[in-house]
Amino acid sequence: MSMLKIENLHARVEGKEILKGLSLTVNAGEVHAIMGPNGAGKSTLGNVLSGRDGYEVTAGSVIYNGIDLLALEPEARAAAGVFLAFQYPVEIPGVNNTYFLRAAFNAQRKARGEKEFDSMQFLKLVREKLKVMQISDELLHRAVNEGFSGGEKKRNEIFQMAVLEPQLAILDETDSGLDIDALKQVAQGVNTLRSPDRAFLMITHYQRLLDYVVPDFVHVLADGRIVESGDKSLALKLEEHGYAGIGEGAAA
Amino acid sequence: MSQLAPLPLVASLLDAPLPDSGITWLDAVRRENREAFAAGGLPDTRVEAWKYTALRALAQRSFASGDADAQARAVDPSALVLPGVDGPRLVFVNGVFRADLSALDSLPAGLTLQPLSQALQGDAEPLRFALSRPALIRDARESGDAFARINAASAGDGVVLRVAANVKVATPVQLVFVGAAAEVDLAWHARNVIELGEGAELTLIEQHVGSGEQVHLATLVSDIELREGACLHHTALQNTAIGANLIRRSSLRLHARAQATLHVLELGGALVRHDLQAELIGDGAQLDTRGVFMPHGRQHIDTQLAIRHQALNTTSNSNWRGVANDRARGVFRGAIVVAPGADGSDASLSNKNLLLSPSAEIDTKPELEIYADEVKAAHGATVGQLDERSLFYLCSRGIPQAEARALLTAAFCRAVLDDLPNEALREHLSAMLVAQLPS
Repeated sequence: MSMLKIENLHARVEGKEILKGLSLTVNAGEVHAIMGPNGAGKSTLGNVLSGRDGYEVTAGSVIYNGIDLLALEPEARAAAGVFLAFQYPVEIPGVNNTYFLRAAFNAQRKARGEKEFDSMQFLKLVREKLKVMQISDELLHRAVNEGFSGGEKKRNEIFQMAVLEPQLAILDETDSGLDIDALKQVAQGVNTLRSPDRAFLMITHYQRLLDYVVPDFVHVLADGRIVESGDKSLALKLEEHGYAGIGEGAAA
Repeated sequence: MSQLAPLPLVASLLDAPLPDSGITWLDAVRRENREAFAAGGLPDTRVEAWKYTALRALAQRSFASGDADAQARAVDPSALVLPGVDGPRLVFVNGVFRADLSALDSLPAGLTLQPLSQALQGDAEPLRFALSRPALIRDARESGDAFARINAASAGDGVVLRVAANVKVATPVQLVFVGAAAEVDLAWHARNVIELGEGAELTLIEQHVGSGEQVHLATLVSDIELREGACLHHTALQNTAIGANLIRRSSLRLHARAQATLHVLELGGALVRHDLQAELIGDGAQLDTRGVFMPHGRQHIDTQLAIRHQALNTTSNSNWRGVANDRARGVFRGAIVVAPGADGSDASLSNKNLLLSPSAEIDTKPELEIYADEVKAAHGATVGQLDERSLFYLCSRGIPQAEARALLTAAFCRAVLDDLPNEALREHLSAMLVAQLPS
């Protein structure tokens, strides 16, 4: 059974149809890159999968580990192992980063019927993850994303992913706005988390991230549908020729 | 004069016998205030300061005056204990001093702390200025002071607290006002007189708590005088019984270079009103006020902050947050006056509010009047809802919607408590806030 099976997905935002029959299958252990021009529906896909308000699914289905993902509330999707790394992580003044992460971690465990971690257990886990991800613990003491630089925000997303250990991670333009050093750090974090049980959906505009996180599959999303799929060489082709001409004659 | 029968509330409050102090001037003050209350009656919503707080329902109710059984009321002593606070304590139950619940042994040198009822048995003359309050009775047609008048007439007990010049009291002093369930609905009154001498320092914790279900009416009036260079940290926790009515007035006077920092938490009560008035009468006086009011259910919590800058280079900074849920109503008025001659003053006021339910209401009114030169002043007020993007961010990480709302609301409130120096107390306040949030 595939981990994620999206079939003929149609979705509207503010009455406008953005996704127009998108189909995609993702298996455990795979890394899929979704590329495409602006306005193709890349971020809409991430938002629909994570359950953000304001996205209306008008047709199609999303089956995740055999369940209807679209029927779940955002928090239930998270507990089921779906994680969205935000394109624009939100600043939340007054909420400590560690406190927030523990609340999320324990809420997920509780929802799965697992025992919650006390603060000592959780701190131990967090320290291990910091080490693996090579992130300074200074991040822990600040309010969630408050005053973080663009790079710090994206690294914080990857750090949260490391702690929450999702099965399906959706990275929404995690590479945008990063300089090359920050990009490498984020990529290294993602690579560390690659595993046979985990799948990644990397939504990106540029090929550059894929130099560091090598995908198993590359899909081109245009006008609300996957118009071409291939291996990593497709990304290189896009880099060379742009999106013009892609999808013509493809099995859409 | 009205030909109508007096309102039940007014009639029942006037029905109470005045406390007999045996002190000629004080008995005269009490009589005069009672007459002023009888003549002026209750304010209606045409009185500007009561525009958003209607007394119509309260006015139809009657309250028995004083609690003859106050000494016998069972109060759980553990409910009086606060983390990070372990010092002298003065406890009143339904307005009556309770020696058994208080802690007055081994007071630090330079600290006078006693119930008003005892202080009046000694030399009452030092209390004369504070207790006389001629302004309350001057204009009988002015009804806005109705509760202060009935308090001045009827309060037989309260707090007398003095810190001698240059004494820095290290341990916090705790004042606890307990409303305890009784066989009848009670009205009770307390009068507090607090004075810090020149260069004195004090941390004061004022608590309002409820013991058992009740629908009492309590009035409290506090006069706080800070002499030159005195420094007061004052935290007020209002968490009285959910049905109780509590009307307080705190009047501060800050002499030259005096500093006061107030943290106020308003959680309990049915109808709650706090007039917080501060006069900065000495050069360089500094006032910081922080507060959170959080009405839910059908609570009505009204804070009226009035600050007068009357001297050179005085500073006030006020930061208040309101959160209203269900069908509750919050009212905030922040009025700052920079009087002629108060040049070089710096006044800022912020009041931000959250509405958690479509039926909740918050009325906020910042006012600024400046009559001096070279003044820095800023004020602002907002009313809004929780940020949807933040909510989704939390939920997308697995935090259930209700928990995410509580977390964001607590963070919104906590911002004004951050500078409370006593960490254990700060944590406790934060926990009280969270406990009040819908889960």
